[in-house]
Amino acid sequence: MKKAVIINQADNVSTVLDNVDAGEKISCKGLAHEIIVDSRQNIPLGHKIAIKDIPKGRPVVKYGFDVGFAKYDIKQGEHVHVHNVGSLQTEG
Amino acid sequence: MEIYAYLRENGSIGIRNRVLVLPAVACVNHVAEMIARNIEGVVGLRHEVGCAQLGDDYRQSLRTLFGSALNPNVGAVLVIGLGCERVDPEQLAHEIAQQKVPVECMKVQDVGGTTQAIAKGMSIAAEMANTLSLQKREKTSLERIVVGVECGGSDFTSSLSSNPAVGYAVDQIWKSGGRIIISETTELIGAEKVLEQRCKTPEVAEKLWQKTRQMIEHSKHYTRDDIDGVSVPNNISPGNVKGGLTTIEEKSLGAVSKGGYLCPIIDVVDYAQPISAESGLYIMDSPGYDPESMTGMVAGGCTVVLFTTGLGTPLGNPIAPVIKITGNRRVATVMKDDIDIDVSGVIEDEVPLEQAGTDIFDVLCHIINGKRTRSEVLRYWDVGIMRIGPRL
Repeated sequence: MKKAVIINQADNVSTVLDNVDAGEKISCKGLAHEIIVDSRQNIPLGHKIAIKDIPKGRPVVKYGFDVGFAKYDIKQGEHVHVHNVGSLQTEG
Repeated sequence: MEIYAYLRENGSIGIRNRVLVLPAVACVNHVAEMIARNIEGVVGLRHEVGCAQLGDDYRQSLRTLFGSALNPNVGAVLVIGLGCERVDPEQLAHEIAQQKVPVECMKVQDVGGTTQAIAKGMSIAAEMANTLSLQKREKTSLERIVVGVECGGSDFTSSLSSNPAVGYAVDQIWKSGGRIIISETTELIGAEKVLEQRCKTPEVAEKLWQKTRQMIEHSKHYTRDDIDGVSVPNNISPGNVKGGLTTIEEKSLGAVSKGGYLCPIIDVVDYAQPISAESGLYIMDSPGYDPESMTGMVAGGCTVVLFTTGLGTPLGNPIAPVIKITGNRRVATVMKDDIDIDVSGVIEDEVPLEQAGTDIFDVLCHIINGKRTRSEVLRYWDVGIMRIGPRL
């Protein structure tokens, strides 16, 4: 199974360590936990996959910090990137 | 782990006991280097300042030279002057002596040019190195340590492994009572909202914003978007986006994660400004340019540097040992002579980040106690001094 890294327990996204195809099961691992997520889209190496649902307007959390906000409702397993995330710095 | 270091008069601790050959001006760099390279226990600080400078730029350069000489890793100083430069080498030596650091001074124009200066300088430096070799380490604690954190040659592994792992080690250093300095203002842009929550006071948070805004304004002054293709403040490049970075906050937070998660931000200081005694994290204003940011932190008091790299950079510092950490397995293998710690296990073998952080902390303690780093044994003496004014 392809892998993804969860950096902090509070994160709602995980960074994939391989190119992921839609429909693949991804093992997302943090220190004390693992979540198996079904990828809903193709996700390139180094990009993020949602490991929880992120409702519109809510923060995208990575490294335990807010790194952006969801511009639309994001479902678990979706690609999380510039198409559905806004910058708190420039738009928030 | 027990810590053994050189106890200095002012209460600070040195993890090395070096003789520093300090040129007062760039014109005598070669003399300084010829002295330093030929004697064990001696290092040189080759730089490009000391003359043809004005105002705050001159004062900042002088502060950096002075701070470098006072670094706790320096047991003795030999100031080399030319004789006609802006910096007064004798005055500099006098001020170093006032801090109870053994110091001598010599001017190349007085002693008879290069060859005489090298001969005389080697004699003085060798005597100093001999004397310092008698000094013993004493038992002390991490409460007095100052650690710098740096990143260079970053790639996607940096934010996934090496930087967050260093962050865990940094929190451990703080919990042990130590201080940490982070710099590279360029890489704090976008991280302010998160960092300000850890700032000790609103004034400290305000200083942080001031420094990042200043860097943005300064960059805007020199770039044209249509030519340089750089858009500030949202300086995410197409390469960053392709690599998976979505927002400027994510990019900077990926870098700033090396500054820890819990440790409070005590102050934001100017380049090469000494930090205070309170335990915690200090942010130093500096460029992202590695030689300058490291030199600034060392002048501010840091005696060892945790340096993450993805693509592999061999840089070192003459005064503070630099510990290279990479999460890129290929680089850890191919550039093994330049890498001290390999945390690629976080990405490749599911090693938990906190475990990698503990591994880094353990290696750090060994290096504090005397183990050499790769860039240290290879004698990388990289120096840069941030300029903020014109050259006359």
